[in-house]
Amino acid sequence: MDQTPHTLPRQSWTFSNEINSEIRRAAATGIYDIRGGGAKRRVPHFDDLLFLGASISRYPLEGYREKCDTSVVLGTRFAKKPIELKIPITIAGMSFGALSAHAKEALGRGATMAGTSTTTGDGGMTNEERGHSEKLVYQYLPSRYGMNPDDLRRADAIEIVVGQGAKPGGGGMLLGQKITERVAKMRNLPMGIDQRSACRHPDWTGPDDLEIKILELREITGWEKPIYIKIGGARPYYDTALAVKAGADVVVLDGMQGGTAATQDVFIEHVGQPTLACIRPAVKALQDLGMHRKVQLVVSGGIRTGADVAKALALGADAVAIGTAALVALGDNDPRWEDEYQKLGTTAGAYDDWHEGRDPAGITTQDPELMTRLNPVDAGRRLRNYLAVMTLECQTIARACGKSHVHNLEPEDLCALTVEAAAMAGVPLAGTSWIPGQGGY
Amino acid sequence: MTTMANTQVREDLDIGLQPRTIDMAWTELRELNSTLQAQTGGEWVIENTRGAHALAVGLQAPLEVTIKGSTGYYCAGMNKEARVHVTGSVGPGVAENMISGSVVVEGDASQYAGATGHGGLLVIKGNASSRCGISMKGIDIVVHGNIGHMSAFMAQSGNLVVLGDAGDALGDSLYEARLFVRGKVKSLGADCIEKEMRPEHIEILRDLLARAGADARPEEFRRYGSARKLYNFNVDHAGDY
Repeated sequence: MDQTPHTLPRQSWTFSNEINSEIRRAAATGIYDIRGGGAKRRVPHFDDLLFLGASISRYPLEGYREKCDTSVVLGTRFAKKPIELKIPITIAGMSFGALSAHAKEALGRGATMAGTSTTTGDGGMTNEERGHSEKLVYQYLPSRYGMNPDDLRRADAIEIVVGQGAKPGGGGMLLGQKITERVAKMRNLPMGIDQRSACRHPDWTGPDDLEIKILELREITGWEKPIYIKIGGARPYYDTALAVKAGADVVVLDGMQGGTAATQDVFIEHVGQPTLACIRPAVKALQDLGMHRKVQLVVSGGIRTGADVAKALALGADAVAIGTAALVALGDNDPRWEDEYQKLGTTAGAYDDWHEGRDPAGITTQDPELMTRLNPVDAGRRLRNYLAVMTLECQTIARACGKSHVHNLEPEDLCALTVEAAAMAGVPLAGTSWIPGQGGY
Repeated sequence: MTTMANTQVREDLDIGLQPRTIDMAWTELRELNSTLQAQTGGEWVIENTRGAHALAVGLQAPLEVTIKGSTGYYCAGMNKEARVHVTGSVGPGVAENMISGSVVVEGDASQYAGATGHGGLLVIKGNASSRCGISMKGIDIVVHGNIGHMSAFMAQSGNLVVLGDAGDALGDSLYEARLFVRGKVKSLGADCIEKEMRPEHIEILRDLLARAGADARPEEFRRYGSARKLYNFNVDHAGDY
């Protein structure tokens, strides 16, 4: 028997099993990988921040007695009818087409019970969605599928989508298997074709044009509706400044962990900045223009807990938006469907082939049989519960920091666990007074 | 203009008075659009436009509106049912996302004329610039002159009729819209091909030319449409984009 010691088999960091599997998949198909969701790679995030809490110099509020307000008003700059929300957590834009009608209904039900807004997506507004959403934001997208002045007028706010955190600079994609008769009719396209959503608007280019586009939308809707501008996390300082210049009431800023219904994996993982890196530059742009809190900032991309909400607000946001987390609350990627995830070659928690329309949870599908797996009433209640928990968590932290309104949270309440997070968030590295990038050693 | 004044306007129209004139020299844009949007019909003349943007947008009833002079961006945007006549030229995005009704421009049109329109008829009696009919979704557009590059990009449905020439990359990534061009086409975009002009197309064209007051015979035109090769992604066609 050979007694010679052998080294253990060593996997390459560069050529990991994951990378090699993608090389083999690409070699076999000749097509890039398409998937839903946001960035899966580890990037600096809210987990890398901690609240300091109260101390001798800061006194806390009593958790079960003293008030900690969570209300937020969006659209106070120009709109005659700003949106008043009970909680600083909104539901991000997700389309009927990407999601089933039941899922859209559930989002509307849950958001309404929680006292917040939900948002349409590419593909237009459905009556079910309008009916179940007390406050509905209508997205104005490059494709303009289903866009019409009647729906503009029955919306509570208008969100001009310039970019998306998962794919700043990219358009959408809805593959043919999800283009049912109803979806096709709403988008004025043949059934079964791969539907591309344009990456830029067809009738304006640049901030000067955008200003005139906003004027037109306000004139059509009687200057009643708040106008949001949604940007992906590309150049948050300049994009925020230009959005303000163009006349936005609200800026929605979506970092790279923000989800999409479908796009190329290479786009999701390699274009755009982490949410954490985007917030402070956007807030600085607002502050430099004297518009912080006058133009509201909504942050999205990887918001999962009340702690994430509190940290985003402390960095200067007025509210947050959730998409992927809301779908999980409805039932997406639930282990109860593990057998079926296995048949699709994946596992609960990792399922991201939302574009294929075979979602075992019945959420990202147009399959009539799968759709019925999601009860919109029950799912809506789960979302409402989840939103309530996030709000309570956020309040818990705010009270511990001595704040009577969650908007009173501030960067001074935070420290960072890593140098990277400290630099991005502009808060001191824990145990030091050092904010990387702001002088000192 | 106050609500009371608007009410008076409607009563005047009911008894058949002359068209009402709104002079933009001393009328705010908001007042103009809110007045027109509140009407259920009648004839209106808008003077001294001075190239203003967003004139007569969001109309939602069968009004007859004459705009004397030239306009800026998005004239008659999202029009529904109204018939708008512009005596001058128009800036970018005229009749964008029109639902129904008609918009007639005596002069030239800048970029994106009729962009994303769902219905109605847009007539440009001069030339139209680039991206005319971009992403059109059912609108009919008739251009008496020439159109610029990338026109009918991603056009989904409806008809684009051009009596003159078309620029580069006509109908790039086209869906089901029909394109009719009488003059030269500098180049066709991805997946856009010349197609047979069948009798039903002649009839569609004859009707559109008549409604647009165009002096041309349908037989003089060529038809272009989608080859439908890019409708579902195929790696072997990746180089066609």
